[in-house]
Amino acid sequence: MEASEVSIELYVLLSAILFIMGTMGVLLRRNAILIFMSVELMLNAANLALAAFARQWGNGDGHVMVFFVMTVAAAEVAVGLALIVAIFRTKKSIDIDDLHLFRG
Amino acid sequence: MENFFDLVPLVVFVPLVGLLINLFTGKHLGERGVGIVAVGASGIAFLISLLLWLAQVDTGYKPVVVDLPLFSDWISIPAAGVEIPWQFRVDTLSVTMMMAVTFVGTVIHLYAVGYMHGDERFPRFFVYMNLFLVFMLILVTGNNFLMMFVGWEGVGLCSYLLIGFWFDKPGGVGWKNSDAARKAFIVNRVGDFGLVLGVLITFWTFGTLDFYKPDELPMAAHHAAEAAEEPVFAPEIPHEAEPHIEGPMGVFNQAEVWLEEGGHDVNFGMFSLSFESTITVITLLFLLGATGKSAQIPLFVWLPDAMAGPTPVSALIHAATMVTAGVYMMVRSNVFYHASDAASFVVALIGATTAIVAGFIAVGQWDIKRVLAYSTISQLGFMVAAVGVGAYAAAMFHLVTHAFFKALLFLGSGSVIHGMEHGHHHVAHGGHDHDDEFDPQDMRYMGGLRHKMPRTYWTYLFGTLALAGIIPFAGFWSKDEILLDALKAGVDDARLEGYLAFVLLVMAAAFTAFYMWRQMALVFYGKPRHAAAEHAEESSNLMVYPLIVLAFFSLVIGVINVPSGFPILGAIFGEHEFTSWLEHAVTYAHAASFNVLLASFAVVLALVAIYVARAIYNDRALETLGQQDPLELDERTEGLFAVAKAKLYWDDAYFKYLIFPYRRAAYWLAEQLDWRFWHDYVHKTVIQKNFHIATEFLTQPVDKGIIDRGFNSLGRLMQIIAQRIRVIQTGYVRTYAWTVLLGTLLVVFIILFPVIRGMLGL
Amino acid sequence: MEDISLVTVVFMLPLVGVFALLFVRNLTDYTVRWLTLIVSLITFGASLLLLRNFDTSVAGLQMVHQWDWIDTGSVTIRYYVGVDGISIWMVLLTTFIMPLAILTSMKTIHERTRLYYVLMLLMEWAMIGVFVAQDLFLFYVFWEVTLVPMYFLIGIWGAEERIYAAIKFFLYTMAGSLLMLLAILWLGNEAGTFTVPEIIEKLNSGELSLSASTGRWLFLAFGIAFAIKVPMWPLHSWLPDAHVQAPTAGSVILAGVLLKMGTYGFVRFNLPMFPEASETFAPYIAVLAVIGIIYGAWVSYGQKDVKKLVAYSSISHLGFVMLGIFALNSAGIQGGILQGVNHGISTGGLFLMVGMLYERRHTKLMSAFGGIWKAMPIYSGISLVIVLSSMGLPGLNGFVGEFTILLGSAGSDVLSWWFTAFAALGIILAAIYMLYMFNTVFMGALDKDENKNLPDLNRYELWTLIPILVMVFAIGLQASFFFNFMDSSVKELVDQVSASAMAAAGR
Repeated sequence: MEASEVSIELYVLLSAILFIMGTMGVLLRRNAILIFMSVELMLNAANLALAAFARQWGNGDGHVMVFFVMTVAAAEVAVGLALIVAIFRTKKSIDIDDLHLFRG
Repeated sequence: MENFFDLVPLVVFVPLVGLLINLFTGKHLGERGVGIVAVGASGIAFLISLLLWLAQVDTGYKPVVVDLPLFSDWISIPAAGVEIPWQFRVDTLSVTMMMAVTFVGTVIHLYAVGYMHGDERFPRFFVYMNLFLVFMLILVTGNNFLMMFVGWEGVGLCSYLLIGFWFDKPGGVGWKNSDAARKAFIVNRVGDFGLVLGVLITFWTFGTLDFYKPDELPMAAHHAAEAAEEPVFAPEIPHEAEPHIEGPMGVFNQAEVWLEEGGHDVNFGMFSLSFESTITVITLLFLLGATGKSAQIPLFVWLPDAMAGPTPVSALIHAATMVTAGVYMMVRSNVFYHASDAASFVVALIGATTAIVAGFIAVGQWDIKRVLAYSTISQLGFMVAAVGVGAYAAAMFHLVTHAFFKALLFLGSGSVIHGMEHGHHHVAHGGHDHDDEFDPQDMRYMGGLRHKMPRTYWTYLFGTLALAGIIPFAGFWSKDEILLDALKAGVDDARLEGYLAFVLLVMAAAFTAFYMWRQMALVFYGKPRHAAAEHAEESSNLMVYPLIVLAFFSLVIGVINVPSGFPILGAIFGEHEFTSWLEHAVTYAHAASFNVLLASFAVVLALVAIYVARAIYNDRALETLGQQDPLELDERTEGLFAVAKAKLYWDDAYFKYLIFPYRRAAYWLAEQLDWRFWHDYVHKTVIQKNFHIATEFLTQPVDKGIIDRGFNSLGRLMQIIAQRIRVIQTGYVRTYAWTVLLGTLLVVFIILFPVIRGMLGL
Repeated sequence: MEDISLVTVVFMLPLVGVFALLFVRNLTDYTVRWLTLIVSLITFGASLLLLRNFDTSVAGLQMVHQWDWIDTGSVTIRYYVGVDGISIWMVLLTTFIMPLAILTSMKTIHERTRLYYVLMLLMEWAMIGVFVAQDLFLFYVFWEVTLVPMYFLIGIWGAEERIYAAIKFFLYTMAGSLLMLLAILWLGNEAGTFTVPEIIEKLNSGELSLSASTGRWLFLAFGIAFAIKVPMWPLHSWLPDAHVQAPTAGSVILAGVLLKMGTYGFVRFNLPMFPEASETFAPYIAVLAVIGIIYGAWVSYGQKDVKKLVAYSSISHLGFVMLGIFALNSAGIQGGILQGVNHGISTGGLFLMVGMLYERRHTKLMSAFGGIWKAMPIYSGISLVIVLSSMGLPGLNGFVGEFTILLGSAGSDVLSWWFTAFAALGIILAAIYMLYMFNTVFMGALDKDENKNLPDLNRYELWTLIPILVMVFAIGLQASFFFNFMDSSVKELVDQVSASAMAAAGR
């Protein structure tokens, strides 16, 4: 077991890469669905890190947190997709650059 | 017979029951029933007084104090040492008063049944009459000053109710009656003011208001025993008793003890006064009370007006009984008056002056009852003067005889008025012109009634002679005794007030004879001067029999106190019986011996006055009498008569200097000071208006100008700033996302800054 | 919590009535009236039990009921009720007057009946609360609560200028009581308790000591609130407005009970808590009292309106009460308390009487009447007794009070003799204005056509007046019974005041 042990740094690195990818996606993509997926990516990056730390410290808190995040993510998907559908129905577009009603 | 004393509360309660019966069922009883109840109540009260008298004689004149059963506590405040019970006192003085009141009362009740016949408020009249008896009997039987005061004010109330009995007579008469009633009450209240203060001081001086405690004998017995040098009664007074505020003694014995000891000071909270001065103050305040109730100067003005009441009322209340309450009270307090020379002087002076002043005014009156009213004032002056010169027994004696003959005269005048009204009715029905000016009480319309109303005439004559003091009528004995005592006070004791009183009273006696004979002449002699008088008729038997009874007593009642040394009568009836009887209750009662010279002088004086009166009001003068008196027609007496007729301007002066200013001040206070100034100006104008002004100021310049505008400008400033800043909001999600990212990075940087700084070695 | 005492029962009964009236649906006006009357009668009955259970030999509070209401750790505010000789008659007066006030409204109040009777019972509740509360804070609460129902009673069912009168009444009393609130808070904070017996105990034992000037300031703060309520001259300006504008029942309650709250306050709080200041201020207050006696009587005589005359006469009567209280001896204080009760009965009676006349003629001007006695004999006879009681005829209640007060002031250690002499003038002046009123209204010729067919009293009115007559005679003839209840409490109060004053003098 000891030999096959993957060090924690690698997990964190992977998590960071995934997170940055997600962030880039959110910031750069214009399609709402894709932004949404990028957000999921960020969440899962965080999950990975949490799970890894949990294992590292032998503490269940991280796992619990992961479950919470997954639940929230599921809820978010439900609400978010509904919002996107509603927006698409009114605007006939899901390009977020078309949506700037809040402009001051 | 000791048990009889327990009956004394009944003297009060029997009339009370009578009045309650008449009050609640009077409407259904009919005149006859009401009359029987009222007269019966009064009669039973008289019988009880009679029993009490017998019991007194039987028990050797021992004063007795009887508690009211069940309800004997009246005012008791243990913490303050106040203990004022409902307690009755039976002694010779109170029994005398009870007998006089109930006997004369019964006779007058009987008369009133006839007099008030046909009045629509007949039952109510007898309710008041019985109520009067209740209060009068409380007054004379109470064993403390406060209980006396209950009766004192109570009779005043009855007097008010009865004077105003005909308050609803049309044509302004009703209002006049009401005003007279009010005047009586208020003037009496002025006197009561004095009495109340006197009672208060008495309380703080002695710590009690009881005349004597139960089982306590007046010092009179003690003194009498000493004088007679034989032990009659041993006074049960602890002589070593400490002069303490809550002493075991009643006020009078306590006073005597302190006077004997001398040097006692009375402490009234903030200051103290020597006991002698305290007594003077008390007696003077009591005197003020007496001047109110007994119609003396300066408060006599109410009594003449009180004649507005029905005549039986004038007889009972305003002649025989109530008005003598002041005299009774002073005789009751004889220990005090005896102790204070200053007060005695004032009392004598006021009494004698009243006697002469009222006698003088009586000459100038036309109203048959007003003459009698002033005569009453004058006679009360005699009694008060008697108290002043220390002749307490004589004062009481005159009180008793006066009760009989003055009641007789009033009832006689009532009979005359009734006859005149009857005649007037007759005339009016006969188709003659109805004469609105007609007044059945005005003597100018009378004349010649001797033949129309013979029985009234004869009884009236008896009353007149008694009042004038002609031997052997009752008035002679009592008046003579007062004059003698006054003179003796002057000669024997060298007291100035004795001489003064004597001179004034002798003059008053002459006036008495004069105005009474003037009245006799105007009413009964000559020829009728008005159709009403011509058709006047003798009154009913119910009215005349009481007159005869009273006339009889006016003739003979004097023998109860024949002066010592009087031939024949003294041997038959005993000498100064009444005085010796009173001595058991009145410490300083003393008897006078007969003086032929003085008695003859007084009688001759009265006869001369009568002769003069008859000379002026002779048949010829009477026949030609118009609206003016012969005295008015004579230049020499014209001015004097005018003054007498105007009542010495006494009433006018009161109106001008007291009543009108008081009323004006009241209106001014009520309308100007309290309403216009204090209520309207200060509250509405000053406070309310200034409050409004302040409110205006706060709302307009302060609130709207400063605070409101301040916040408004702040708002506008914010708006301007916001205009500038709003451009940050692009509406693009990406911008926001970048912002979040940068913010996060910033936070992370700040958090990590120390670490970075460490890594960089800074 | 201790057992619920009878005091609490008496005190809460009206509130039960209030809730019954508020929450039971579909009550007819008829039911509302009778329900209220019955509640007030039961309250009166309960208060009679209070009298029966009262131990006259005990000086302190009896039938005490207490529990902590607000406890902050440093200061405790308690529900603390009880009666003693000083308050027992005030409670009885309240429960006695209320059924009469309700009875007199039976035939005269037709608008918003339910609200009216709710307010009446609320009023009763609050007034009993004022007299039984022995905690300063609780007392203050009820003191203020009494204002509200009276404000509406005047403001809704009053005469023409009712709004002005109601607001003036409210503001006047409120202004005074704010100072009192400050004093209460200060005192409670200092003493660590608001309970009066405890404060007094602490003051007596020296645990809490007030400097002379503090005592005086506190005395004034309390005193002004009470003086306005009494009302003492010259703070009386609200009284004629409130009395004249209020409906009959309002005037009766106002005169009968509300004014007594002022005099009661002086006896309950000022004398025992600030004895030194009481002694210092006694002559000044007595001066105002005597001025009030004479001024009130004099101004009464200048009135044209019966109700106003009666209103001003209150100033005169309350002057007597204040004089008695500040004679600072047993006779004076007991006389003062009894005279308070007497005033409630006689002046309450006078207002009832005026109300009945107003119902018939819709005017209160004396000149509109004359000779009423002939038209309404029963009414006039009863009125006569009440008038006489008000002017202090011996044998009736007013006299006993006035005489005892004068007795107190004459023997007072703090008042000079002339207070008594001038106050006694009130005896004359009372006769002048009262008889003026009686003569103008009842006597004289019945010469106005409108008055000729006035109906005499109906059943309701008769039963309203009969209890008053009974009390007039009962107190007048057997005052001992009434003094007996106060004796121990007042004695202790006087002893305490003089002891404190003595100690202060020795300091």
